[in-house]
Amino acid sequence: MTAASGQAEALMEIVDLHVGIDDTSILKGIDLRILPGEVHAIMGRNGSGKTTAANVIMGHPDYEVEKGDVLLNGDSLLDEDPWERARRGVFLSFQYPQAVPGLQVGNFLRKSVASIRGEDAAKGANFRKELNEAMDQLKIPRSFLSRYVNDGFSGGEKKRFEILQMMLLKPKLAILDETDSGLDIDGIKTVASGVNAAVRGTDSGALIITHYSRILEHVKPDFIHVLIGGKIVASGGPELATQLEENGYDWVENMAAEGVA
Amino acid sequence: MPDNQEAREVVGDYKAGWKDTENSTIRFDFGLSEEVVREISKLKEEPEWMTELRVKAYNHFVKRPMPKWGNTSTLDEIDFDSICYYLRSSEATEKDWDDVPEEIRNTFDRLGIPEAEQKWLSGVTAQYESEAVYHSIREDLEEQGVIFLDMDRGLKEYPDLVKKWFCSVVPLTDNKFSALNTAVWSGGSFIYVPKGVHVEMPVQAYFRINAKNMGQFERTLIIADEGSSIHYVEGCTAPSYSTDSLHSAVVELIALPGAHIRYSTVQNWSSNVYNLVTKRGIAHENSKIEWVDGNIGSKLTMKYPAVILKGEGAHAEVISVAYSGDGQHQDAGAKIHHLASNTTSKILSKSISKNGGRGTYRGLVTVSPKAENCKLNVVCDALILDEESRSDTYPTMEVANPTARCEHEASVSKVSDNQLFYLMSRGHSEEEALAMIVNGFFEPFTRELPMEYAVELNQLMALEMEGSIG
Ligand SMILES: Nc1ncnc2c1ncn2[C@@H]1O[C@H](COP(=O)(O)OP(=O)(O)O)[C@@H](O)[C@H]1O
Ligand SMILES: [Mg+2]
Repeated sequence: MTAASGQAEALMEIVDLHVGIDDTSILKGIDLRILPGEVHAIMGRNGSGKTTAANVIMGHPDYEVEKGDVLLNGDSLLDEDPWERARRGVFLSFQYPQAVPGLQVGNFLRKSVASIRGEDAAKGANFRKELNEAMDQLKIPRSFLSRYVNDGFSGGEKKRFEILQMMLLKPKLAILDETDSGLDIDGIKTVASGVNAAVRGTDSGALIITHYSRILEHVKPDFIHVLIGGKIVASGGPELATQLEENGYDWVENMAAEGVA
Repeated sequence: MPDNQEAREVVGDYKAGWKDTENSTIRFDFGLSEEVVREISKLKEEPEWMTELRVKAYNHFVKRPMPKWGNTSTLDEIDFDSICYYLRSSEATEKDWDDVPEEIRNTFDRLGIPEAEQKWLSGVTAQYESEAVYHSIREDLEEQGVIFLDMDRGLKEYPDLVKKWFCSVVPLTDNKFSALNTAVWSGGSFIYVPKGVHVEMPVQAYFRINAKNMGQFERTLIIADEGSSIHYVEGCTAPSYSTDSLHSAVVELIALPGAHIRYSTVQNWSSNVYNLVTKRGIAHENSKIEWVDGNIGSKLTMKYPAVILKGEGAHAEVISVAYSGDGQHQDAGAKIHHLASNTTSKILSKSISKNGGRGTYRGLVTVSPKAENCKLNVVCDALILDEESRSDTYPTMEVANPTARCEHEASVSKVSDNQLFYLMSRGHSEEEALAMIVNGFFEPFTRELPMEYAVELNQLMALEMEGSIG
C-alpha cells in the first residue's frame, strides 16, 4: 500500500466503530489511528468498553460490529478469522488469559511461533536461544515450559506469560489489555521495556489498555485516549495520564460534557 | 488389492478403514451352535478338556440373558446368527513377515507394525480375523525363559500352565460375552514371565478384522511370576462396513507377588464394530496391575477393566479415555475390589463426546470388611463438545471397612468460546484449537503411553476434530 498523500500510512486505523453484544450497544463510534512506531494508550473505568475494543480488533466471535471498520496497513480486518489476524500481526495480551489443562507451555509456544512466523522460526537452536533469552528477560524459570498453559498460574505468571508470547510472536500491533494489573513494579518495568523494544524505532505499534498511569510512566505513550461509556471523550499526550491521576475520571467526563477536552 | 476408492467412500475420516479382498482358507458358515464350537476345537486339535470347557461355556452363553444395563437397545440389535465365528486367512503363524501372505502383510505395513517392531518392541503378535498370522519375540527374552506365544500355540506347548490359569480370573459364567469368548475363542496371546525377569521394552499385539460380519474372539492370558515385569500393548482396527462385526475378547492377568503388569490398549475399531470385552487381573502381594485403556472407535464399547487386589500391599491403576463420535457409545470404566489390607487403587477416567456421541463412565470400587487401611482414588472428567452429545457417570463405591481412605472427584465441562478464542488469537484455526484442548484433556492418559502411541493418538484426535466446527 502506498501512503495517502501528505499523510503517513497508518499501521492500524479504527473508523467510526460501533459494537454491540446481545442487542446492547457497547462501543458507540470510536476513531483511532496508530502510526508505525507509536504507542497509544486507552484509559477508562471498568465497564467502559476497553476489553470489548481489544476483542473486536482480535476478532472475538461474540461481538457484533454494527458499523465502522478496523484496518491493518490499510486492509480491513473485520472479515478475517482471529487466526488470520494473528498471522497478519495482531497480538492481544488478554486481561483474563484462558487455561488449557494438558497443553504444555513449551509445546504451545513452538506451535504458535510456527503458525504465525512460519515453521522455520520455530525450529532448532535459534528458536531455543530466542526462547531462553526472552524467558530470562522476564525472569521466568525454565520449569515453566513443562507446565500447562495458564493452568494454576498466579496473576503475575499469567501476565508474564502473555508478554513472553508477545516477544516470541513479534507482532506488528500489540494490544495489552490490563497487562499491568497483577504485576509488581518490577514486572511492570519489564513489560514496559519489552514494549519499548518491540515498538520504538520499528514499524510496529502498540495499544496499551489500563486504568492506572503507572505503566505509562515507563512506556511514555505518544497518545492517550480516555474511553467513557463506549466513546473516546478525550485524547492527548502523556500529560493527560497525570491529570487523570490527579483529578479522576469525573474531571474528564465533565470536561467532555462541556466540550473542553 | 485393497479397494481404496470404495474404502474411502465408506469410511470418511477413519484412516484404518480400508479392506483387503477376502482370501480365506477356512471359513465357517454364519451362526453358532454346539457343532460349530466342537468344529473349532477339532480344527485346532485341542485336548479334550478344552473342547468340553468350550461346550460348557457355549451352553451358558445360550442360557444367559443379555445384560439388562448399559445400552440395552443397541445390545439387543446384535444378530448372533449373522456372524462368522471362525475364519482363517493364512495357513500358519509365521516368524518372518516375508512369509505372511502379501496382502495381509501390506495391511500390517500400512498400520506400521513391522516398523514399530524393529524400533521399540520386544515382541509382536499380529492377528488377522481368527488366527495370528505373525508372531515373534526377541531372542534374548526367549533365552531368559519368557514365553510369548499366540494362545493356540500356548495351549499346544504348555497345556498344564494353560489349564492351571485359563478361566481362573474370568470364570466362564462371568457374563454372557465372556461365556461366548470361552466357547469360540481363537488367537490372542499367552505370556509367562519367569521370576525376576524384567521385559524392558513393550510387547505388542495387533488385532485386525478384515471380513464383513466377522466375530473376533481372542483370548489373552498373562502370568507375571514373582518380582517380574512386563508391558503389553494392543491395538485394533477394522474396515468400515455397513453391517456389524463383533469383537469380544477376554483378557486374564495374574501378577504374582511383587510383579508388575501394565496392559495398554488403543482401540480404534471402525464404527460398525461391537466391542464387548472382559478384562480382569488378580494382583497378589505387593504386585501392581495397571490398565491403560483408550477407546476411540467402535459402535458400542462395553469394557470395565478390573483388578482384584488379593494380596496385601497390592496396587491397581486404571487410566482410561473414551471418545464417542457420531453414532458411537462408549460405556467404559473400571472395577476394583480391595480384598486385602494396605491395598491402593487409582482410577482416572476421561471421556469426550461429540456430534451426538455418548460417553458413560461406569465404575465400581469395593473394599471388603477385612481389608484394613486401603486407599482409593477415583477421578472422572467428561468434556462435551456440543449440545447433541451426552455424558453420564455412574460411580459406585462399596466400602465395608471404616479405615479406608476414599477420594472421589467428578467433573463435566464444555469447551468455552473464550478458550477457543484465546488459542485462535495465537494463530491456530478453530479445529487446531479444539484439537489442542482435546489432546490436553487426554494428556494424563497419553503421557502413560509409549511415545509412538501418544503421537498417533494425538493425530487421531486431531483428525476427529476436523470438520467438527459448524
Ligand atoms: N460477553 C458479554 N456479554 C454481555 N455484556 C458484555 C460482554 N462483554 C462485555 N459486556 C458489557 O460491555 C460493557 C463493557 O465491558 P468491557 O469491554 O469488558 O469493559 P472494560 O474492559 O472497559 O472494563 C460492560 O457493561 C459489560 O458488562
Ligand atoms: Mg477490561
